[in-house]
Order: sequence, then structure tokens, then C-alpha cells
Amino acid sequence: MSKFNFIKIFILALFLSSTNLVKAVEQNDPIKVNWSFKGLTGKFDRASLQRGFQVYKEVCSSCHSMQYLSYRNLGELGGPEFSEEEVKAIAASVEIEDGPDSQGEMFFRPGRPSDKFKSPYPNINASIAANGGAYPPDMSVLVKARPGGSNYIYSVLVGYEDPPSGMVLDDGVYYNKYMIGNKIKMSAPLTEGIVEYTDGTQPSVDQMAKDVTTFLSWAAEPELEERHRTGVKVIIYLILLTILVYLSMKKIWSRVDSEV
Amino acid sequence: MSKEEKKVNRRDFLYTASYTVGAVGVGAVVWPLIDQMNPDKAQKALATTEVDISNIEPGKEITVLWRGKPVFLKRRTPEEIAEARSVSLDDLPDPQKDEERVIEGKDEWLVMLGVCTHLGCVPLKNKGDFKGWFCPCHGSHYDVSGRIRKGPAPKNMEIPKFEFVDNNTIKIG
Amino acid sequence: MSDHEYKPKSKAGKWFNDRLPLLTLGAHLTDYPTPKNLNYWWTFGGILTFCLLTQIITGVVLAMHYVAHADLAFASVEHIMRDVNYGWLIRYIHSNGASMFFLAVYIHIFRSLFYGSYKSPREVIWIIGLLIYLLMMAAAFMGYVLPWGQMSFWGATVITNLFSAIPLVGESITTWLWGAYSVDNPTLNRFFSLHYLIPFLILGLVVLHIWALHVPGNNNPVGIDIKKPSKDTVPFHPYITIKDAFALLMFMIVFAGFVFFTPNVLGHSDNYIPANPLVTPAHIVPEWYLLPFYAILRSVPDKLGGVILMFGAIFILFVLPWLDTSKVRSAVFRPLYRQFYWIFVIDVLMLGYIGAMPAEGIYLVLARVGTIYYFLHFIVVLPVVGLLEKTEPIPMSISDPVLSSGAEPSLAKKDNVKI
Repeated sequence: MSKFNFIKIFILALFLSSTNLVKAVEQNDPIKVNWSFKGLTGKFDRASLQRGFQVYKEVCSSCHSMQYLSYRNLGELGGPEFSEEEVKAIAASVEIEDGPDSQGEMFFRPGRPSDKFKSPYPNINASIAANGGAYPPDMSVLVKARPGGSNYIYSVLVGYEDPPSGMVLDDGVYYNKYMIGNKIKMSAPLTEGIVEYTDGTQPSVDQMAKDVTTFLSWAAEPELEERHRTGVKVIIYLILLTILVYLSMKKIWSRVDSEV
Repeated sequence: MSKEEKKVNRRDFLYTASYTVGAVGVGAVVWPLIDQMNPDKAQKALATTEVDISNIEPGKEITVLWRGKPVFLKRRTPEEIAEARSVSLDDLPDPQKDEERVIEGKDEWLVMLGVCTHLGCVPLKNKGDFKGWFCPCHGSHYDVSGRIRKGPAPKNMEIPKFEFVDNNTIKIG
Repeated sequence: MSDHEYKPKSKAGKWFNDRLPLLTLGAHLTDYPTPKNLNYWWTFGGILTFCLLTQIITGVVLAMHYVAHADLAFASVEHIMRDVNYGWLIRYIHSNGASMFFLAVYIHIFRSLFYGSYKSPREVIWIIGLLIYLLMMAAAFMGYVLPWGQMSFWGATVITNLFSAIPLVGESITTWLWGAYSVDNPTLNRFFSLHYLIPFLILGLVVLHIWALHVPGNNNPVGIDIKKPSKDTVPFHPYITIKDAFALLMFMIVFAGFVFFTPNVLGHSDNYIPANPLVTPAHIVPEWYLLPFYAILRSVPDKLGGVILMFGAIFILFVLPWLDTSKVRSAVFRPLYRQFYWIFVIDVLMLGYIGAMPAEGIYLVLARVGTIYYFLHFIVVLPVVGLLEKTEPIPMSISDPVLSSGAEPSLAKKDNVKI
């Protein structure tokens, strides 16, 4: 009988107790997408990240902040990997408040790569007031902050439908098949062709949803590619050392008449 | 098994390999723990500062903050430049020509780290025996080129990497 | 403690050792006679030492970058994840390390329960171990508050409110814990301070734990005392160190799997939403390792009763050595206790599962059954089984498969079946 059965049981219990089995009654499971960044060696699709940033910039960023990202992140390895010039141009296209200057006045200047993403509203209360009482959440770690992760974000983006008959919705409330509780205060943000991709990709709702979700997944876990790469190396190393130590152990214990 | 054999066993390939591979792993773990104390990505990204110099009159200087340290920007008068260039290199503890400390054609602009090379204090301007800077901590005297002339400091004040973006703007770093 | 006096070979060694006998201590630890029949369940002591040191080292590093302020804590964690060199690695090791620590400590505790390691003469080892476990829970809880996400905030609110159940002074105690009129910046600050302190208290207790262990020596799978040290034991080094190293590496593979490939699966997604005192998350659950106690707390419809029962579930373990009336240590030779042992394991796992479920309907019923059984196990089952049980024949010594009654032919086989 395997001596590691116990461990198996414990790990199973661990998984069981950690997953969120609690769900709202009418909740639909998010659509499962075969993301390129899942799996042990998963990587982001560079082109999709760049398109996703375009969708964020042209659509989402008018309401959603992304306050933990800096423009320089867009050029870093493992991300959209825009060139240094592109990053500078992207940063310079926004006006950032700086100061105080030597006269004590605040002033505006073009953004620099070291600046954080400019937020659409000065503070949370302003964003709530401007959006009919609903707070458009900051998108920096949004993918990590939702139980379904990337699949959930994608599903909500494509999950707008007419409400089922008999369901009455207040003004400014929309029906979404995948949203927790099925009611959402954001109107469908993506419509066919709302952005124009420069690389010739067809800007269908599905394509844009996938691209922007990829972008948000990177934004939440910018270390993902490095983490996967390091992880594979670490595990290979540990297995190698484990084998060596196992053989050493067998050799040492062969001196006594007892099993290991 | 005899005692001799056991001793040979201890040194055999397997144990050496285990120890070696184990030591490599420990080394690989130590590096992240050390590197985390190095300047992070946000710090590195702030490595440049742009300064507007249009309001600085000849003979005046301003101090700006770059990487947490003061940078002196001095617009020198022709007399000051002449004086800096008249000094014989033999009189300098850290021999360096004034020309090497400024950008050619922009000789009036002295841009240097306002940090005494002795133990890191900020020297006072227009003080000391050489019309330059004087460090109050331990009495180091600098001239109008920021070169050490007298006192315990071993080197001239450091010139950071800088460039003129246009006639009115200097980018440090 | 060693039988023979250790004599350093070099003159300098002797000089130093006469003044501070560190070399004698080192020699004792190296030669420490360990039962040769210890199985892999005995490797978790070493694994736990590794876990504690990992948490301390990564924790000290994180404290260099973390800011314990309600307005900045969440952002500083994101700063660690995004900007600090290897910050993501160090933080994920620390956050998953807490889970790994508890996984190992639960295996360690249940090993002790199975083989009767808490019984005479090892009661003090057991009690020190429980103190370590209590401090671990405190450290883990306060550590979870530090990122200042929604689960941090509301977890802190719920747990500190437990103290408000105390009659008369409860409200004052809760306010005192908070340093404000709700969980707020002062709370975060003091939790950070204590979170930094506790691991070093644990480290001190670990030294006492090992010291207390080295007085009687290790228990072992057959649960009998060492009769002939030369035949029954092996020196700690290299026999046990290499075995511990092997087990530790296996453990590290699992650990690395979590850190590198599913670093957030043991956490809760709500903790990536910054703390908001105006909105409670839909489902508040503690970290998985506290779930059984959470289930016990929620199974009682009375506030004070629930709190008493939850703390009782932990404190009853302190008197366990005196509740178990059996003279035989190892469950290997206790057929009846063995059954109840597994029922108890299932009961705790079930409570853990229920702790993650909403407190309603069937879950509430199961939680109550599970809670009642949990206490029955200690208060009724253990004393009664110990008195009634007819134990199986016990071998004379670890190395001699000779049984006191001479009935069982092979001990080696018996030893392997136990799990």
C-alpha cells in the first residue's frame, strides 16, 4: 500500500475545501476558453495583448481605471512588449497632472513611461456618481478578483442578452447571462467594429472580448510567463535532486537491517 | 561490511552529486533574496529627470532632486569659467580639466551631483577657499568646477549623465 | 543527554566548548539515537522546521517592501507583485507557504494521534506542540489581514467580533483589539506588529518542543520504548537527515506546484478587491486550514455558545493525554481505536468541507452532527475505548519481532499495513 495515500487524501480535501462551490441560483458557468496562457508552459499571445490594450484604451478606459499599472509595463518582457518608442508615444498621449512647481502650482505635462495609467475619474466617489451609482471596478487585478478569472470576464463581455420574459429591469440595468446575479449596470461595452485593429484582425465582439480579456489577464498577472518558465525549471531540478537523494538514502540505509 | 568500505562509500559519486546539486539549488534560492533589495522596476523607471533651465541667470544655480539626491545646476559666468580653466592640474588632488566636466559648446552649464565625495553630505554654495562649494560636515573645499581642492574628500563631485533636450531643457540620467 | 562525553579534537574547539558547549550540542544532535523503524509520517517534523524558516525568511523580505497602512497596504502588495525584483515569487512562497505549513502540521498532529505520541512520557511535547499550533493560527489570521483586501477586512471583522460574545466586557475588548470603532488602520498596524513577532515566539517554542522530545526520545510506529539502543536505533545523522531530506524534497515539489502554477487557488478571489467597509462579500470563508473550527462556530445558534465551542474544540486537545485511558500507544495494536481514529479523521474533513458551505439546510445539520461527534470522540470514545479495548499482542522490542504473547509471526508485515 502506498505510503503517500494520506497525502493524496489531504490534497484532495484541500482542493475540495478551497474551490468555491457556492453559487447563486441562476448562475451560468462561464464559457471555457482555451487560453494560450493556461497550462504549465502557457504564454500570452503578443498580438492579442496589443489589440487588447487598444480595446482597453479606446473602450474600457473611459470608465475603468487601472491604477496599479504604469505605461512602462507595456514594454516589459512577458507583456504586450510594445517598443520603447511606442510606449513613449502611448504615455505622451495623455496629460498627467504633476507638481507643485516652483510657484506652488499644479500643472499638466505629457505622460512618461514611468507614470501610472491615468484614471478616468479623480476618485471613487466621482466614478460612482458618473456611472449611475455603480462603481466601475479598477481593472488592475480584476481577473484575479473574480472566481471564474479570465473565463468569467470573457463570458460577461459576450453574455449580454435580452432578459428572460417576465424579468423586469430598472433603468440603466442590463441582463447578462454570466454576470453574478445576472444584472449588470454596464451596458454592453463591445459592438462589432467599435475599434479598428491595425493588424487587419476582424474586430468582432468575440475577438475583442478575447483580446481585452487576454490583456486584463496579463495586467493581473504580469509575472505569469516568468513564473511558468521558472516553475518548470524548479520542478525539473527538484525531481533530479529527489532522485539523487533517494538513491543516497537507499545506500545509507542499506547499512542497517531496516526498510526505508 | 567493514569500516574501511563504509568510509569509501561516504565519498562515493552519489553523495558528491547530491551535495553538489543541492548546493546549486541553495545558491539559486539565495539570489532572489539578495536581488529583492536592489532598486525595483519603479525606481529604475524614475531614473531620468527633466529640468527647465530657462529662468536661471548667469552666476546663479538651482538644485533639483534626481534619484533622491540633489543635483546642482550652475550657470557660470565667463569669469568663473576662465578661473576654473586657469588652475594647473598639478594643484588638484583629483586631476581633471574643467572641459571634461561640461558639455562642449555649453560650457557655462555645470551639472553635478551635489554630494560630497567624502561621506555624502550636501556642500554649501559660494563658500570655502576656492569660490565654489564647501562641505560643512568635514571641511572639504571645492572650486567653481566642483573639483576637490582641500579637505578629506578624495574625488571631484560627480557629473551625472545628462543631455540638452533643447536650449531650455536638460535631461538628467 | 548523550551517554558518552563529547571531546572536541582541536585545541581551539576544546577551548570554545569548555566555555559554550555548542560542539557538544552539535554532537548530541548528530548522534541522537532515533528508532530505526520510523516511517515517513515522522518526516513532517523536519518539514515543519523548513516551513517555519521559509515563512520567517520570506516574511522578513516582504516586510522590507510592505506598508502597514490602510490606504497603502493593498497598493504596496501590488508593488511587491509588479515591481520588486522577484517580489511575486517571494510573496507567493509566503502566501502558499502558510497553507503548506498547515498541511504539514495537520499531518504531524494526526500522526501523533494515530501512534499515541501524546501519551506519557511525552505530554509536555504535545502541549508545547499545541501552543505552537495556536500561535500558527494567530499568525496566519493576522497575516491574511495584511493585504487589506475584502477578505482581510471582513475576516478581521468577524474574528475580532468573536470576542464581543464575552459577557459584560466583550464590547470593550473588541474595541480595544481594534484601537478604533471598527477594523481600521490602527488594527492593521498592530496586526502587522504581532504578525512579525509571533513567528519568533514559535521558533522559541520549537526549540522547547525538540528539547522536550530529546528527553524521552522519539515515539515510533510500534509505540514501545527502546530496549536495546544499539539494535533498535540509528544515529540521527546520516540516517534520519537523509530520509528527512528525501521527504522534504517530495514536499517541496508539491509546494512548488502551487507557487508556480496555481498560486491563488488556495486563496480567495475577493482578497484582490481592496477592503471596503461599506460592502461585505457574499460569502465570507476563512482560509481552508481554519474551516473545521469555523464550521463548529457556525453550528451553534448562540453567539457565546459558538465561540465557547470553537475554542473548546482546540483546548480539549490539551487534556487529550489524560482523556485517552489506553496503556498501548500505537493504533497499530488497537483495533477498536483504529476504527474510531478514521471516523474522527473523516469527521474533521467533513467539518472542513462544511465550513466552506453556506450555513443553511443540510449543511447546518451535518455541521451539528459533526461538532457533537468531534467532542464525543474526546470525551466519551477515547476514555471508554481505552478501558474496553482488547489490544493486539505487542512486540518485545523494535528489532525483535517477538511478541509478548507470541501469536503474530511477523512484525515487519504488521508494520507496513498500518496505513
